[in-house]
Amino acid sequence: MKSAIKRFKSGILDENPVFIQVLGMCPTLAVTTSAENGIGMGLATTVVLIMANLVISLLRNIIPSKVRIPAFIVVIASFVTIVDFMLQGFVPALYASLGIFIPLIVVNCVILGRAEGFASKNKPFISVVDGLGMGLGFTLALGAIGAVREILGAGTLFGLSVMPAGYVPISIMILAPGAFLVLGVLLAAFNYVLAKAANRN
Amino acid sequence: MSDMYIISSSPHIKSRDSIQKTMLDVLIALTPAALFAIYYFGVGAFSTIVVCILSSVFAEWGYTKLMKQKNTAMDLSAAVTGLLLALNLPSSIPWWVSVMGSFFAIIIVKQLFGGLGQNFMNPALAARAFLLISFTGLMTTWGGIDGVSAATPLGIMKEGGQLMPPLFDTFIGTIPGSLGETSAIALIIGGLYLMARKVISWRIPTIYIATTAIMVLLFGGKGFDLTFLGYHIFSGGLMIGAFFMATDYASSPTTPKGQIIMGLGCGLLTALIRLFGGYPEGVSFAILIMNLFVPLIDKYTVPKSFGEVAK
Repeated sequence: MKSAIKRFKSGILDENPVFIQVLGMCPTLAVTTSAENGIGMGLATTVVLIMANLVISLLRNIIPSKVRIPAFIVVIASFVTIVDFMLQGFVPALYASLGIFIPLIVVNCVILGRAEGFASKNKPFISVVDGLGMGLGFTLALGAIGAVREILGAGTLFGLSVMPAGYVPISIMILAPGAFLVLGVLLAAFNYVLAKAANRN
Repeated sequence: MSDMYIISSSPHIKSRDSIQKTMLDVLIALTPAALFAIYYFGVGAFSTIVVCILSSVFAEWGYTKLMKQKNTAMDLSAAVTGLLLALNLPSSIPWWVSVMGSFFAIIIVKQLFGGLGQNFMNPALAARAFLLISFTGLMTTWGGIDGVSAATPLGIMKEGGQLMPPLFDTFIGTIPGSLGETSAIALIIGGLYLMARKVISWRIPTIYIATTAIMVLLFGGKGFDLTFLGYHIFSGGLMIGAFFMATDYASSPTTPKGQIIMGLGCGLLTALIRLFGGYPEGVSFAILIMNLFVPLIDKYTVPKSFGEVAK
């Protein structure tokens, strides 16, 4: 149990997929124009990550190592298709704003990375915990980037106005360059805080 | 013991140049343009220049203080960045936009990449691009004289309008535009001063302007029309860009061959953006794009060492 908690925590902090491993940059930069989009994308990825980790872990002794990458992709793609239909059916607005990036979860290297690096070598339960931790770490990172970009670039958070009346939005923040700026600054801040905490211990 | 016996490591022959002196030369060279801006645009120009310089120096001081680094606020490089940024803004710009631009230039573009000499882009230009994309409306409201907003000559041409100010005005600078870009004559005086003081070489500015001119003549669609050419050369940001922006030490090539390539590239891109792009003016984006090629240009134009055997 202790190792499960540690695994869960490391997905969010020490091995955060975005801020530490710098994986999955395509959705990180492309869909984080608002907090809602960031969190929606993160949660969709989390679901796929958990399910893919579970199935790949269960099949880890059956899949021949020579064809493991195509096998992983088939598993991942199946779950992405399910998530794709679910989003389309239940949250059409979010589905519309995430667009092409939902099917592209298939090639998100966080998911393939966890399948290859963790689930294919570990038991099902710990793999699910790993998927949950990594997924939430990814969600938090995307949510944070999305929130900062939305506040600075549109003056709103989750669609609600949060800035004083005279605020002039810095439009570059919700455009592509803003994604790089916010990612860079948050990445630096995250690592700074972690390094400080590590020093204290 | 006399100074003669002090033993130090090489280089043993040192010039008297220092960062501060070079930067002072750049400030002196920009003075005519700045004075003309204050004379022509009035109080707005003066306050924009003061706010930009003060906030740039403050950002430099604050960052080095916070990061416990050597305080470089007094080497005048931040003041140059501030002044260059101010000269790239319209006189009607609100003060907080100037402050934001200065902080972006100094902290994000300059200090986060390692400070003086390490910036991969011209900080003032990057800040201008940042502000232009963020506050397009505020950044393109050219408060002409008496606060009446008007279009720049290049803007009029882009819209296909006919009512152009006389060409001579664009040379003197009595036209709408950013603070420091309107007066071609003031910028040329400053540029010649920098060349005479050997702060910049003739290569980048001359080749940049010449390339733009040739491109405009070839692809402008007006044939050999010298008036049309004159507007492209003297109005807009070409002069300030060619003399003061494209020649920034940290973000321009160091080899003579590289500087020629830099000038060519900037000229080509400026003409392409002006003639075929969406914006009426392309100088800042052209220089920023070429800034990114500088490491590559430097790598491939390293001169052969003396005595090296050809492979």
